[in-house]
Formats: sequence, C-alpha cells, structure tokens
Amino acid sequence: MDPVMLSRIQFASTTLFHFIFVPLSIGLALLIAIMETMYVVKGKEVYKKMAKFWGHLFLINFAVGVVTGILQEFQFGMNWSDYSRFVGDVFGAPLAVEALLAFFLESTFLGIWIFGWERLSKKLHLMCIWLVAFGTTMSAFWILVANSFMQRPVGFEINNGRAEMNDFLALITNGQVLLEFPHTILAAFMTGAFLVTGISAYKMLKRQDFEFFKKSFIVAIIVGLVSSIGVALVGHSQAQYLVKTQPMKMAASEALWDTSTDPAPWTVVATIDPEKKENGMTFKIPYLLSFLSYSKFSGEVVGMNQLQAEYEQKYGPGDYIPPVRTTFWSFRIMVASGSVLILLAMYGFYLVARKKLEQTNKWFMRIMVGAISLPFIANWAGWIMTEIGRQPWTVFGLFTTEDSISPNVSAGQILFSLISFSLAYTVLAIILVYLFVRVIKKGPNDSGSHIEESHDPFDKEGYHVS
Amino acid sequence: MSLNELWFLLIAVLFVGFFFLEGFDFGVGMSTTILAKNDTERRVLINSIGPFWDANEVWLITAGGAMFAAFPHWYATLFSGFYTPLVFVLLALIGRGVAFEFRGKVASETWKKTWDIVIFIGSLLPPLLFGVVFACLIQGVPIGEDMNMNAGLFDVVNVYTLLGGITVVVLCLVHGLMFTTLRVLGDLQDRARAMAKKLLIPLAILMVGFTVMTYFNTDVFEVRGTILSIVAVVGVIVYLLAAFFISRKRDGWAFGMTGAIIAISFTSIFIGLFPRVMVSSISDAYSLTLTNAASGQYSLKVMSIIALTLLPFVLGYQIWSYFVFHKRVNAKDHLEY
Repeated sequence: MDPVMLSRIQFASTTLFHFIFVPLSIGLALLIAIMETMYVVKGKEVYKKMAKFWGHLFLINFAVGVVTGILQEFQFGMNWSDYSRFVGDVFGAPLAVEALLAFFLESTFLGIWIFGWERLSKKLHLMCIWLVAFGTTMSAFWILVANSFMQRPVGFEINNGRAEMNDFLALITNGQVLLEFPHTILAAFMTGAFLVTGISAYKMLKRQDFEFFKKSFIVAIIVGLVSSIGVALVGHSQAQYLVKTQPMKMAASEALWDTSTDPAPWTVVATIDPEKKENGMTFKIPYLLSFLSYSKFSGEVVGMNQLQAEYEQKYGPGDYIPPVRTTFWSFRIMVASGSVLILLAMYGFYLVARKKLEQTNKWFMRIMVGAISLPFIANWAGWIMTEIGRQPWTVFGLFTTEDSISPNVSAGQILFSLISFSLAYTVLAIILVYLFVRVIKKGPNDSGSHIEESHDPFDKEGYHVS
Repeated sequence: MSLNELWFLLIAVLFVGFFFLEGFDFGVGMSTTILAKNDTERRVLINSIGPFWDANEVWLITAGGAMFAAFPHWYATLFSGFYTPLVFVLLALIGRGVAFEFRGKVASETWKKTWDIVIFIGSLLPPLLFGVVFACLIQGVPIGEDMNMNAGLFDVVNVYTLLGGITVVVLCLVHGLMFTTLRVLGDLQDRARAMAKKLLIPLAILMVGFTVMTYFNTDVFEVRGTILSIVAVVGVIVYLLAAFFISRKRDGWAFGMTGAIIAISFTSIFIGLFPRVMVSSISDAYSLTLTNAASGQYSLKVMSIIALTLLPFVLGYQIWSYFVFHKRVNAKDHLEY
C-alpha cells in the first residue's frame, strides 16, 4: 500500500480518536470547576457530590486523553519527518509551549485535585480544578496556534527550503486562530455540557437521585445553551474568513464548481460528481451563500474550477481540489448537528426557567440522552472538513501532504503500527464505555465508597502490612 | 553560551528530569509484580505514584516538544528512525496509563490481574527501549547525507544497546524500590529495601559492563575523555553512597543517590554527544549537530524567553505537589480516584 495513504489513515484515526477525549475533558473540567465553586460559595454538600461524581467520569476520560496525546505529539516525527523538518521551527514552538504551559499545569493540579480532597483547604482545592480547567483551555489554544499555521501560514520566511519563524506575535494573533480557538473551545464546553445533560436526563427518567441530576442538568444546560449559540456565531465569522483566506476549501464545502451568480444561493444538498466536476440534483436556497460569506445579500463566491486555474498559475501543475464530497457533507453534518443542539438547549433551558423539569415529557428526556452523541459528531465533522478541505497541502500553499511523510519509514512499518494502534483504540473505547456505564449506573451515592478498599499510603501512620 | 547550547542543555535537563521522575514510577510499576505479595500491596504501590505519574510523563512530552521546536532535524531523524521501537514505547505508555486508572474500577480478580500484567509490561518496556535508543545515540546509527536514518534491526538491537536497555531497567527498578521505602511502612518497606540491596551488585556489574563497552564501542571517551572520566569517578562515589545509605536504612538519602545515578548516567550520554545530537555511523560529516539540526536564531530566542519565564513556575508547583503529599496528614478517608 501507499505509505502516504497509510500515514494519513493513521494520523486521521489517531487524531479523531484523541479528539473524542479532548473536548470532553475541556468541557467537563469547566463544569466540575463551576460545580465545586458552587459548593465552596453555597456550602451545600450536594455540589461537592456533583463535582466528585462528574469528576469520576472526567478522570476516566482524561487518562485516555493523556496517553493518546503522547502519540499525537510523537507521530509528527515518526510519520511526518519531512513535514517536521520543514515546519519544526514554527510548528514546534507552540507545541513546546503547550507542554510547558498547559500539560504540566493540568497534570500536576489534577493529581493534587484527585488526591487532595482531604488534604487541602476548600479554596485551595477549588483553585486546583480551576487551574486544571485553565490548563486544558490553554492547551487547546497552543495546539490550535500550530494548526492555524497549517491553514494560514503567517509569521515566517523561507530559508534554505525550511519555514523559519520571524514573527511570533503574528503566529499567535493569526486571524485563523482567533476564530478557530473560540469555535473549538466553545464546542468543547458544549460537548461536556451535553454529556452531563444527557446522563442527567437518563437518570431523571429512571427517577434515580432525581434532585441530584436535576441540579446537574440545570448547571449543564446553561453552559450548553451559551456555548452552542456561541459556536454557531463564531462559525459564521469563520465562514467569512474562509472565503478570504482559503477560498478553495470554502468552494469545496459548497460543491461550487464554477463561480456563483451574484447574489449566491446556498446549496443545501447535492449529488456530486467529482470526476465530471459537476453536481446532479441540487436543492438551493437563494441569497444564503452570499449571506454566509459576506453577511450581506449580495456578492459572488469563486468556484473550484477558477481557483484551480489560478493555483496552477501560482504553484505549477497539479490537482488543487480537495475531496469535494467529504468536505461538502462534513460541513453539512456539522451545521445540522449544531443546529439541533441549539434547539435542544433552548427548549431545555425553557423547561428549567419555567420550573417544568419535573413533569416534562419523556420524549424530550430521551432525545437528550441520544443528543450526547451529537457534539462528538459535530466535532469530528468540523475537523474532517477543516483538514480534508486543506488537501493537497499540509501547510496551505507551501508544502504538500505528499512531500510530508517520512521517507525512511516503510509501508509495512506503518501498517504494523496502524493495526496495533487501531486495536488499542478499539479495546480502550470498549472499556471506556463499559466504565462510563458502570459509574453512571452506580450513581453519585455509591461513587464515594469504592468497590475495592483503598489504602492511603500517605496516612500519618503510614501503611502497615500485617 | 549560544542559544543552541542552551537548548541542548534544556533538552538534556528535561530528559534527565524525566528519567529521574518517571524512573521511580517505572520502578514502582515493575514492583507491583515483583515485590507485592497480594492485591492490597499492589494497590498501595500504585497509589504511592498515583498523584505523580501523569505529571512525570509530561517531562517526556515537553522534551519531545522542545526537541521539535529547537532541533527539528533531531526530532525528525530520531522519531522516524526509531519508528518501531517507539510504537512499542507508545503502546506500553498507553496501556500503563489507563491501567492505573482502570484497574480499581471493577471488583473482579481477572480484571485486576489483566491490568497488573499491563502495568508490569508497560513499566518494563519503556525503560528497556529508551535504554536501547540512548545507547544507539552514542554508538551511532546509519544516518545518511539527507539526514535520514535507515537502520536495520541489528543497528538498533545489539549486545551493546541491549546492555544499555537492561541497565536502565534495573536502575529504574532500584530507584522505584527506594521510592517505595519512602512511601510505605512495615513489612512492605523492609522488603523493598532488601530487594534494592540485593540488586546493587547486579546493577554495579551492568553499569561497569556498559561503561567498558562504551569505551570500546563508541568515540565518546576519545571526544570527552577527561570530563567523562571525572563523571565516572563521581558515579562510583554516588553508587557507594547509595549502597551505604541503603544498608543504614537512610531511605531518603538512598533515594536521592539512586536518583543521582540515573541523572549521572543520562548526563554522561549527553556529554558524550555534545556538540552532536545524533552520531552517524556512516560518516562523521553526516552526524546531526547543534548547528545543522537547529531552528533559526529568532525561534530559539523566543522559545528561550518563554521557557525561562515558565520553568520556575513549573518547577515550583511540581515541588509543591510533592510537598502536599509528603506531609503525612492524618486522613482516615480512603483513597478514591
């Protein structure tokens, strides 16, 4: 098999698997921090119980996020060594800062948080979880700085065939990251929020620990409402930015082969034929693409064929059109999932505000359980659109995916690692779901006293084996 | 000192820090099988590193990130060149990390035993493979003109590198046992100390053997003979002190000394490398160096400012975390996580 394809499959599977845990960790960290703040401010035990119960899920999730994260960092050098040589100067810096600023912070204070309930004062303990939440958020910022460079390279010059950084400030104020970061982070908050509302809805349906899960639901639905609307608003700005900076990705995500009319209609669905470079059946809404692209009801959007001709002039012969079907549909899946989530959050918030959560209909609660999956689908779809839509480049306009792989790693080696990692992910995913279900079934009142007796080696007396 | 040298130093410090810290939790991970007699003891051992292992692993991630940022060619050549060993390291670290978290979640013997095996292998493989890789670094690997390393199996796995790997494993085990003596009391503590004592002789044989082979197999004593000889003498003294403190049951000091042996061992590798970062076995001209593998000066400057600003805070709160759990507060509560 082709080592480029194998490397891409491995990168995609590793990153998508990793990105189940990352947004959930970020979102849950914030929610737990809010819950513990309410405990410290209001002094009610139920909030402490909430922080602990959701903390259990957080920890299971965080552990997998950490270990898959190591792989994430290593694989640039392992599978993409020529890419690493080319961008290391620019791309490595945010990665190093991420480790220094974020990873140390979250791992150290999470360790203290887990083991420190009895050891620290309430406020100091609360500070720990806020630092964890801050660390997870910072980590997202720095990795997105790196990613944004791939979408829209800034702050560099080419020396001896390598991209060398010449403006760090430009790198971290890249217009791309200023939009990508809030979009991603709000989506992460949303992911955590809908996990909490979904599980709470399930438990409320079962009438187990009703008050506890009602309170959890209320905290999470507020976070969910704010973040899901925020994601959409930022997303709108992103689309406008995309038209300016990566028109090819925009055109591909709209399956727009030729430059549109003015005003441009938005294609809702279409049957796409990338061979013939045309669409079969399409369903369009007039004016909408102009609005999405420019926030006004006029203006044309450049099509892929025109951009292809322009890029051939600029970069030489080649195929500069990304996989159109994938880009087109992933964008729609993302938007559709996000829209449903906003509606659910609004209705959920309405029920809370009207204090109707008690007698609410079962159907809504069941939908909320199912809605746990939607943020994950939206997250994945969003990243697939962003990264597939960037092809054939790794760094847009500078370096191609084809040139990026490690020339000294054979297809056989990659196949071996791909199979091993995939097996590991599958096993992890199964165990993770199993453990989640267990924790959820046991509920908050059981999660404190563990199934097994633990012994504290830090006890004053120390631990004696008799 | 040039910025390139500063970053070489920083990366060396990060790796040495990683092996000092993660070294003991690798050792504790191995002891869960070797030392512990029953499930309760295994649980105690795991809990003794519970708050730390994750942050310790971040030292490795940071070292990798720093390498990527400061010496992209070093990062690219090393990680692609040692592709398959690193796949095993990653699988081991993944398994071990989740095993710590998952093991206690289900009360079933089979469940726990399975994770115990994962913890053992996951704690044994990384030091073994890192030992092999670091031995390769100074022994030299086939790096060509294009900076790519195309190594066959026996370039990576040979008597010298395996000896390096086994030495690191035993070193981590002894270090982990000494960590255990600091964290538990009673029978388990005594057994940990006794086992560490028993391992001292094999450790000495391995270390001397590796040093002698290094003399014949590599050029590091030619290049840095004087300073490495001094370091070797210091190493011998530290080893003797470690033996002394272990037999006198001065566990804190002994732990410090086993840590010092780890630090000295890895420091010598970096000294032997300097000013190279990877030695080519094909031609000296192809070796990666502080100059030809590095990022631009601007990048190094920005990174230096950031790193030197952040590092004191990082060290500060990491030390604080050890302080929090060092103070043996009386907690009747069970450890739950």
